[in-house]
Amino acid sequence: MDKVKIVEIKKSVFENNDKDAERLRGELKSKGVYLLNLMSSPGSGKTTTLIKTINLLKDKLRIAVMEADIDSDVDAIKIKEATGIQSIQLHTGGMCHLDAEMTRQGLDNLDLDGTDLVILENVGNLVCPAEFDTGAVRNAMILSVPEGDDKPLKYPLMFSVCDVVVVNKIDVLPYFDFNLGKCKEYVRMRNPHAEVIPICARTGEGVDAFASWLLDQVSIWKQ
Amino acid sequence: MHELGIVFYIIRDVKEAAERNHAGHVSAVVMNIGEVSTIIPEYLTDCWRWAADKEELLKGCELRINIIPAVTHCDACSGEYETVKYGKKCPHCGSESTWLLRGNEVEIKEIEVT
Repeated sequence: MDKVKIVEIKKSVFENNDKDAERLRGELKSKGVYLLNLMSSPGSGKTTTLIKTINLLKDKLRIAVMEADIDSDVDAIKIKEATGIQSIQLHTGGMCHLDAEMTRQGLDNLDLDGTDLVILENVGNLVCPAEFDTGAVRNAMILSVPEGDDKPLKYPLMFSVCDVVVVNKIDVLPYFDFNLGKCKEYVRMRNPHAEVIPICARTGEGVDAFASWLLDQVSIWKQ
Repeated sequence: MHELGIVFYIIRDVKEAAERNHAGHVSAVVMNIGEVSTIIPEYLTDCWRWAADKEELLKGCELRINIIPAVTHCDACSGEYETVKYGKKCPHCGSESTWLLRGNEVEIKEIEVT
């Protein structure tokens, strides 16, 4: 039998991805393209929020969207029909998240000439997407009222990597035991610098606040 | 599902390391997994078996897991304590200015090759 040799590796499983993501961020910076990674649970209203936000911003910024899902292209079509902007669908091949390499492949399929903002709608999931840096400038997440105000306690990593938490479906607050004050407190426990923006994507309430946060972000990035 | 994604990353890194070392076969992969890394060791081993056996280089390769206990450091009193038992709040002084010292590892420690 062959002699067994031990090879020491001592390397984080995330190390390659972290380096890829850093490289991608540098390239985006030099092109003046701002990439936002948007995460949430399935059904929190990501696509509806995006449509409303894009319609507020599309006269000021050139925007493109990448929709990541395990299967189907319903979201990409919905975005294109409702906003008229460039929108493509990425399939993760069964994976529960996007990594920097998959994000790069997606960006390669977009016409980035003159594009100011690319929004990546990550796979609906509060666990895995938080672990993989996509190369985005900022991470945002949408938490909807029916999911409960205690989600930051249950998914600590997701809330600690997000710079902004959009609380969606505030029109149904009277029907749920969701305490917005408590939710903000829990979010800040995970990330003291995170902004919390309450909205209702269906009626459009508060979406302007999210849109203006994004507009500021993009102009800072392009300086 | 989460663990399967991680397994694909491990396989990619192990294949690279095996190639660099001109290995014909990898008989074991040793992982350091932090207690609060959100990885469930049993799921990781199950996903590993399914995915590794599809690779000629990794057929029958064993995945061994060392659990790294989670320890939190307190900035207020400079103390350390068990994260899982006490959470965010320091049991020595009650401060919440604490951070995870270790226990979040998802690391390939070493591989055994022939």
